[in-house]
Amino acid sequence: MSVAADRPRSPARRDGGRTLASHFVGYAVLVFFALVFLYPFVIQLANAFKSEPDAAANPLAPLPDPVTTAAFTRIFEGTGFPRWVANSLVVTTVVTAGRVFLDSLAGYALARLHFRGRAAVTGAVVAVMAVPGVVLLIPKFLVLNQLGIYNSYTALILPVIVDAAGVFIMRQFFVSVPVSVEEAARIDGAGVFRTFWSVVLPMARPALITLTILSFQGSWNEFPHTLVAVQSPELFTLPRGVADLVSGSLGAGSQYPLKLGAALLATIPVAVIFLVFQRHFVRGAAEGASKE
Amino acid sequence: MFGSRRRGGIRGNEAVAGWLFVAPVVVILGLFLLLPILMALWVSLSGWNGQGSPFRDDVPFVGADNYTRLFTQDGLARENFMTSIRNNAYYVLLVVPAQTVLALGLALVVNRRVLRGRSFFRTAFYFPSVTSSVAISVMFLFLFANTGAVNSLLSVFGLDGPQWFADPRGLLHLTLSGLGLVDPAHPPAALTDSGLLGLSWWEWLSGPSVAMSTIIILVVWTTSGTFMLMFLAALQDVPVQLEEASLIDGAGPWQRLRYVTLPLLKPTMFLVITLGLISTWQVFDQIYVMSQGNPAKTTLTPAYLSYRTAFKDFEYGSGAAISFVLFLLIVVLTLGQRWVMRDRDRVPRTRLLPTRTRRS
Repeated sequence: MSVAADRPRSPARRDGGRTLASHFVGYAVLVFFALVFLYPFVIQLANAFKSEPDAAANPLAPLPDPVTTAAFTRIFEGTGFPRWVANSLVVTTVVTAGRVFLDSLAGYALARLHFRGRAAVTGAVVAVMAVPGVVLLIPKFLVLNQLGIYNSYTALILPVIVDAAGVFIMRQFFVSVPVSVEEAARIDGAGVFRTFWSVVLPMARPALITLTILSFQGSWNEFPHTLVAVQSPELFTLPRGVADLVSGSLGAGSQYPLKLGAALLATIPVAVIFLVFQRHFVRGAAEGASKE
Repeated sequence: MFGSRRRGGIRGNEAVAGWLFVAPVVVILGLFLLLPILMALWVSLSGWNGQGSPFRDDVPFVGADNYTRLFTQDGLARENFMTSIRNNAYYVLLVVPAQTVLALGLALVVNRRVLRGRSFFRTAFYFPSVTSSVAISVMFLFLFANTGAVNSLLSVFGLDGPQWFADPRGLLHLTLSGLGLVDPAHPPAALTDSGLLGLSWWEWLSGPSVAMSTIIILVVWTTSGTFMLMFLAALQDVPVQLEEASLIDGAGPWQRLRYVTLPLLKPTMFLVITLGLISTWQVFDQIYVMSQGNPAKTTLTPAYLSYRTAFKDFEYGSGAAISFVLFLLIVVLTLGQRWVMRDRDRVPRTRLLPTRTRRS
């Protein structure tokens, strides 16, 4: 640690002028790109609060003039937005809880429990990760249709309630946990599930947080699966509803403040989770690493 | 009394528990992944039109017809498919190098040790990657609208922006005519009279359309942050002694980059490029929201074409066949990646965020 902290000083001092110039260029590049990556969000935010003529005339302006919440009134009163939010909340909560529980169960078994066929299941999980989601659209529709659950909450939730990548993340984590902890619990007479639930799982906090964030984000943003799972507007989740606003239900008129506002509201939960957990996540991972 | 039984069967217990633990995952992946793939394979060999079950006796079996129509029979199916392959190929050709170079550049700048506010910039560049593809597409529809932000910015410099989403002209065609080499209204007969797989050479050589370039820009903008994090993780594994040694040897910054840093980043570079190749062949959400294959089919991609063929034209067999061709292409790319990476364990694993914080 201390070596790493000392390192930067020496070259910087040796060559003051050139370093200063290169610093300046470095910052200029960074600020330019920070604008490129963030200013579109500023534009989105600002234009959601503009009137339609103002948005068309001054799309770049960061301040609306006049400020109006008309777009949001129409989002909540004139579209299915409240319903989509409720659906998204239900689906995301169930899918995230399901993935965290089922993926860690399976990940633990694949890392720790000795059973015939373990290698085959592990291999299958790795193979499944390579299957591109987008080619599964028609196949998924076929099976949902055949099972008679097309156009239902079950169709939105059940096919995505486990994911191979999550199983793999948890497996990799459990492989790194020392066996001695479990052995102690076993000797005390705890069963397999008990050992997993009260001894091993609490140690997996960093990996569980990672998996929770990934599942939440993936499920909240999920779009293609909803296309082949449901067709009734009452079952739309946010991404599906917003896509529908753009491509159909509003007609060809621009209505950009409304569309941008809806997209903005759909972005906020993930943005908040990302900003809050980013630090927590980095810290948690560092703690997890130092424990080994 | 429990003790003796458990001691006797601790492995037996584990075998049952092991299968119980993996059962939900195995059942769901089997039911919604393996089974559907087999069903779709059957449908791709049939003429099912979406009515009733595809497994009834009266659904015609058409053999490889759905596949041969994509490759060997002259007709609309092949023309659409080859057009989608052309569009996606140009898309891959531009997106993969652009996002790799941008990600590497950002990582190099963010990784500078004396930089203040590193975590702010890292967050800023990564943020677009975590947001919903649909929401970002809506935002870009506005940015590139006729009266949108980009055209408004261009007009500050006295430039007239195109009608981005309505413009089917190919960039390569535009460049060639801009250089005065060809007249797009009267392309050379040598290129229009002959061709390959249902498209003329002139059509193959269109380049991405103006409309497609907005999607290219969007995707580069969204994904660069993720790949930047991979490069950052790798950069933090570069041994400091190596850099110091090159400093003592009098190497300048460019020499250090060229002869010390880049060679060490080679495995990550390879990972980023292959992940890019795999994901760019799957572009779907943005096409669905922004262009639906328009204008003039220039944003049609195989993934979107397969969806449209099945769910809009109700030709499920043909749509499934397109899916399988795309599947094969992506599996080949993935296997290629895994084969080349098979014994390079120095490559940082794909992670959400860099877990090493020793320099922040």
